[in-house]
Amino acid sequence: MTFDYYPGCTLKTKAKELDIHARSAAEALGIKLEELTDWQCCGAVYPMAKDEIATRLSSVRALAASRDNGRDLLTLCSACHHVIKRVNNDMQTDEEIRTKVNNYMSPETEYHGETKVVHYLEMLRDTIGFDTIRQRAVKPLTGKKIGAYYGCLLLRPNKVMAFDNPENPTVLEDFIRALGAEPVIYPYRNECCGGYISLENNELSAKKCDQITVSALENKADMLITACPLCMYNLDANTNSEHKTKLPIVYFTELLAQVLDI
Amino acid sequence: MLQKQQLQAETIRRISGVNTRKCMKCGKCTATCPAHSEMDISPHRFVSMVENNEIDALMSSDSLWKCLSCFACVERCPRGVEPANLIEAVRVTAVRMQNRNRLLPENIPSLLNNKLPQQALVSAFRKYSK
Repeated sequence: MTFDYYPGCTLKTKAKELDIHARSAAEALGIKLEELTDWQCCGAVYPMAKDEIATRLSSVRALAASRDNGRDLLTLCSACHHVIKRVNNDMQTDEEIRTKVNNYMSPETEYHGETKVVHYLEMLRDTIGFDTIRQRAVKPLTGKKIGAYYGCLLLRPNKVMAFDNPENPTVLEDFIRALGAEPVIYPYRNECCGGYISLENNELSAKKCDQITVSALENKADMLITACPLCMYNLDANTNSEHKTKLPIVYFTELLAQVLDI
Repeated sequence: MLQKQQLQAETIRRISGVNTRKCMKCGKCTATCPAHSEMDISPHRFVSMVENNEIDALMSSDSLWKCLSCFACVERCPRGVEPANLIEAVRVTAVRMQNRNRLLPENIPSLLNNKLPQQALVSAFRKYSK
């Protein structure tokens, strides 16, 4: 199966590991990722105000291109997934936004939210299946205790994201089991790391990150996995060093490639 | 003055898509907010102050810059009020005014470090400036 792939700005620069291993693992599992030509940065945060039109356009351009290619649009970065999926929902449900965007862009065929937006984890779960990954695991992580750090953007608001149960998600834990490791459930796995606040208020992000890592360590996690470059940065840069050495954090695609022995 | 605040409140209610009258004042949004201890006006008060057209105080509130857009309040509100959308609507109303940009390009070099992801810069510009 072939997906259109939207990598986003950070996966081309500071989060190359997230991207490279996702591509190689997909290829090994028989999924073709065609990078969308001429994609533009999604803006990283969803424009909540209903009168924001320009900030929605880059997402709509990607969505419309994917519709024209006749493929589902695959995302990987949590922020890109959040923004593109929510803008797509606006194009489906908000007549004023849909009209203004189409009037501005004047596409050959108006875009009304036809494209299906799929996160890489949803592709693993629904297209490949975790059983297949379990069977393909060449180097399973037997005995490893791994905490899933979901963060906010994949899960909330659930009425639009429809990714998993927003308070008790399971997709990353099922993924961890498929890799042969043991998932660690800890209370702060879907609480915020501080996000963009770290640019101007490091202390607030540090407080949040410490709560997350302490919570994971208390529940005996050996490591954390994430799908978000900003969560990765905050948990790495803003966690106190004593906790950090005990609790490495990696992108989930790095572990996938390692287990598939790519 | 009152009329100006009333007009601003109407705009804020419209662009946020929030019906403030659905709020039953349980305070769950504030209780679940990861930044509420840093805020001078907490999320549940945002809802009632927009309802009562008290916009001047909100426009100068430090809370505008503390909200993390984590959507915990949106997800967990038992009445579907979506307080984060209101905070965002006040924030964009503020940064759209002249000289209200909080993050300036010339301040960026001093904030950079080797590991900082582009996602952080793009998000911060979208949130703090116009």
